[in-house]
Formats: sequence, C-alpha cells, structure tokens
Amino acid sequence: MKAMFRRIAAATWARSLEFVRDRSSLGWNLVFPILMVIGLAFVFSGPGQPLFKVAVIAPSDAKLDASLHPFLGTPQVQFYREDTLAAALPKVQRHRIDLLVDFTAQSPHYWVNTQSPKGQLLERLITGSGGAALVREETTGREIRYVDWVAPGILGMNMMFACLFGIGYVIVRYRKNGYLKRLNATPLRAVEFLIAQLLSRLLLILVVNIGVFAACRLLLDLRMEGSYLDLLVVVALGAFSMIAMGLVVSARLASEELAGGILNVLSTPMMVVCGVFFSMDGSPRALQIAADLLPLTHLLSAARAIMLDGAGLAQLGYPIAAMAAMSALYLSLGALLFKWRQD
Amino acid sequence: MTNSAATPILEVRDLVKHFKQVHAVNGLSFDVRPGTCFGLLGPNGAGKSTTIEICEGLLTPTAGTVRYKGEPLGPKYRERVGIQFQSTALQDHLTVIENLRFFSALYPVRRPIDELIALCRLEDFLDRDSKKLSGGQRQRLLLAIALVNDPELLFLDEPTTGLDPQARRNFWDLVTDIKAAGRTIVLTTHYMEEAYLLCDEIVIVDHGRIIAQGVPSQLLAEHFNDSMLEVPAAEAHKIAATGLTGLAKGETVEIQTADVNAAVAALLAGGVSLAQLRIRPRTLEDLFIELTGRGLRE
Repeated sequence: MKAMFRRIAAATWARSLEFVRDRSSLGWNLVFPILMVIGLAFVFSGPGQPLFKVAVIAPSDAKLDASLHPFLGTPQVQFYREDTLAAALPKVQRHRIDLLVDFTAQSPHYWVNTQSPKGQLLERLITGSGGAALVREETTGREIRYVDWVAPGILGMNMMFACLFGIGYVIVRYRKNGYLKRLNATPLRAVEFLIAQLLSRLLLILVVNIGVFAACRLLLDLRMEGSYLDLLVVVALGAFSMIAMGLVVSARLASEELAGGILNVLSTPMMVVCGVFFSMDGSPRALQIAADLLPLTHLLSAARAIMLDGAGLAQLGYPIAAMAAMSALYLSLGALLFKWRQD
Repeated sequence: MTNSAATPILEVRDLVKHFKQVHAVNGLSFDVRPGTCFGLLGPNGAGKSTTIEICEGLLTPTAGTVRYKGEPLGPKYRERVGIQFQSTALQDHLTVIENLRFFSALYPVRRPIDELIALCRLEDFLDRDSKKLSGGQRQRLLLAIALVNDPELLFLDEPTTGLDPQARRNFWDLVTDIKAAGRTIVLTTHYMEEAYLLCDEIVIVDHGRIIAQGVPSQLLAEHFNDSMLEVPAAEAHKIAATGLTGLAKGETVEIQTADVNAAVAALLAGGVSLAQLRIRPRTLEDLFIELTGRGLRE
C-alpha cells in the first residue's frame, strides 16, 4: 500500500514538473482565458440575447400559443416552458428572462421584475393582448451583467479544453513515443499511472484557474454571491469528470491527429450546447437532454448557481450527483480500456 | 562453457510468437547461466526484439515457456529485472537526476542513486534536461534507469545502435563492469564486434529460428580454420597469376586462406604490393554470411 502511494506520488510529481516547466503551454493556460473573458465582456457588454424571453408554466398538455392566451401569440417574443415556479422565478429576478406567466394556478399569474424595463414593456403587451386578465405579481432583483454570467462559462470552457486536451494529448504522445512501454516495464500499474496523470492535471488546473478567477474578479468585479469553498468543490469535481473523459479518449490511441479529431468532436458540442455563451433555457428538449449528458453543463449550472445566486452545495445535489456519476463512469471505462502500447 | 553446472537464471523453451501476419519467433530454446553475458544476434527483423520482450515479461508468447530461476514469470518479475529498450522516450523537461529519482521510486528494492551515478558516469550532466543529452549520455542514463532496482538480470536491447564508435566503446566498458559485478546480461545486437567482445555465449537468430549457438570463439573455431587477407582492389589484376582466389568486396579484395605464410609468400612472388595488406581472423559476421548467405545488415 505504501509502495503504491509512493509510485503514484512519484508519477504525479514527475508529470507536474513537466507541465510547469513547459512555459509556453503554462503561459497559454493562464493568459488565454483572462483575455477571452475581457474580450467577451467588451464585445457583449449589452444584453446577450436580442429577443424578449418569457417563461410559461402551463399544464403539460397545453400548447404554448395564442390558444392558451392571446399574449402567447405576440411576435418577437420567445415563449418557453418552465416546470416550477421555484426554478423560474430567480431567472426573472436576475433579468435572465423578462417575464414569467403561470397558468397552473386557479387564476393565472404573471411575475414582473420592477427593475426590468423590458419586463415592464412586456407587461403592457399582456394588458393589450385582449385575453383574460392575469394577476400581477411583483418581484425585484439586481440585473446580472452579461459578463457575470458569461465569465463562469468561459472559464469552464477553457478548463474543459485544458482537461480534455491536456490529458488526452499527453497520454497519446507518451504511447506514441514509447514512454508508456518503458513505464510498463516497471512495477507501476496502469491504474496508478492513470491516477497520477489525473491528480497532476487536476492540481495544476485548479491552481491555474484560481489565478485566472482571481484576475477576472479583480479586473471585471465579477459577482460572487456564494462560498469560495463550495465553488472550489464544484470546480474540482467538474474538472475531475472532464479529465476522466479525456482518459477514455486516450486509453488506446497512438496517433495525436486522431486523438485531436476525437477531442474536437467532444469539445465542440460542449462549447455549443452546455451554455457557455448563452443560456440553454428554452432550447429544444433534445438539445437539453444532450447537454445534460455532458459534464460541462453541470459544472456551469452549479458554478453559476453559486456565483450568481449564492447557492450552497446542499442545493446543488443534481449537478453534483451527475458529475460524480460521470467521473465514476469515465474513470472505470478509461482504466478498463487502457493499453500501455500500440497494437 | 562458463558455469555449465549452474542452474540457468533464465530458461527459454520452444518459444513461438505469431503476430497477425508475421511469424516473428519460431521455436526458440536457450538457457542463460547466471553471471554471464548472453547475446541474441541477428539481422533486423530476425525476431530478436520480440524474443527479448517475451523474456522481459512484456509480451505473451503464442506458445512456449520462459522461466526465471526455475519459476514461471510472476507479477513480481518486473521488480527484479532491469530493462533497457532499443529506444526510449523519457518525459520532457526532466533532468537526469529527476529521471533517476522518479524511476527509482517505482521499485521496492532500490540501489543508492549515488552508486548509479558513479557506475554509469553521469556526474557531469546530472542537472541537464534529458532531452539535451548526446546519444552516448542518453544511453548511459537509460542504463542507469535499468539498474535502479539493482537487478540480477539485465536486458539490453541493441543498446549501442546509433552511437559513435567512442560512445560505443564507453558503453562496452560499463557493461563489462556490470558483468564483473556478477550480474547476468541478456543483450541483443547486430554489431558482431560487440557480441564478440561482451558475450560469453551467443545464439544467432534468423527468421525467428536459431541457426547457431555457442561460445563465440568456439563457434568460429568450429566453422573456420582459415584467415582472411585483404588487399586493395587496385592490386586485383595481379592476384590471378598467384594461384590464389580473390573475392572483390568494395574497395578491397578478400582472399581466404588456411596458410597465411604461404599465401603472403605467393602474393610477394606475384608482385602484389603488401603495403596495405590486412590479415584478419574470421568474425561472427563471416559466420553469419556463411550460414545464411546474407550480410547481417541486409
């Protein structure tokens, strides 16, 4: 047991030294995400989405169109379905959606944020739509700047690339140049080697991203409502699950080109459907299911809940369980499929 | 033969290894006696590396057995033997000493690193990035890595391929020291001089089969009772008149003879210039050509 820990520690240390001394790659890992957050904050300094967005809570058999209420026939407004008031109301408060209508209560209600100009404009449209009167409910909440919302997305996306490519490429390169074959001739076991790679990558990604986060928070005055420790736990779990995903990809390949292709196939959809740049609320159901199967989605939803809404770990059971399950699945698959040498 | 009474440290029996289309090893059997240097010789593609990797426990044979000290190779085997591959990449950005410490930490029994440094003469470049070593320095580091667990049995797979002659001689000195310390070495090479100098016993392998086996000097004595004279090709036209048979080989003409004195006298009488005459004993390379009809590096 002691020997096993010594082997894992030695391999973790060796890999970490290699990464830290590769200055060009380290610099890139540090500087790139900060530049990207600043750049996007500048480009998207206005609200992210041009449409008016209204959440609707309605019986599951009801169609979200004018037949339910004439207001739902308003052009230029995107109506989408929410299941519970608890999930939808904070979005009104954070100005992420402009209005919320609930048709499940005996007398239908709508919620408007009195600090949201767009909400107040939509309120006039309801009144003028000619349908049954809706009961007005007020709520308030400071608007979340787009940069507060997008920064966790960009940091998460950057971390996703660092996890997948950082581990995937390195192991494939080790296999291609014969280093894995050399290690296989020592008492180091495959699972020990994989744990060492994972630990080393995880530690470095956490250190780098704490730095990047601190820089972004200083430069952009990012909103942070929750606990830093909770955020660290969630980020570590998310990174773990994405590194484990990289282990699966690199389990057998000995071609960096093929590995690069597969990693791109994995990372591109994550960039698009996991809600890095725009909220996936109201996107087609199939897309949301796909997003739910990807670890980045859960990392971002949990990180945003902590940073923007001040959620604690106890409220984040679903994303945490999802990331833990994915970590376990990918890690077992990666270890089962792993081969020291190319066939 | 040396140590013929001792129990073999490694026993290889009827080894067969087939890859998808290739029959790399076709029924090899040999014993390696403790404290000796055992050479596997043969041209590229003869099956040397496959054989040594099966003996290292890294490849599973299609058929046949390998036993270490009379036992099948178990899970602990890797802790006990030392291995140097033909070419090995190390991690980037690690120095020589860091590489040594890393590999050392992987083993339960470890030889003090200071001893390894002295043995493999690494003192002058301990803090150098292993990527920036010369070919000879790199092979010495890889040898030291193969010795971190103080193995009784050491496998060296073409350790001097690609080295310049000076570096190769330095490496031979190290191997000689290791052998003198009582370690057993299994060596593959296609340099006949290397095998002749270092090995107590050799097998010559071709197409996955053993074509000759024994002590190098005895093998040569069994197959040859003559020597080789080499004269410059410019003198070739005078040789026919001497009654000797010359075989053109590049810049020289080779003359096989069992009686060197008589042959030199005949050459002198025929007016052949002896200014650049070379007389050499028969080599393992000659033996290989004799046995297969081909050169070793073909």
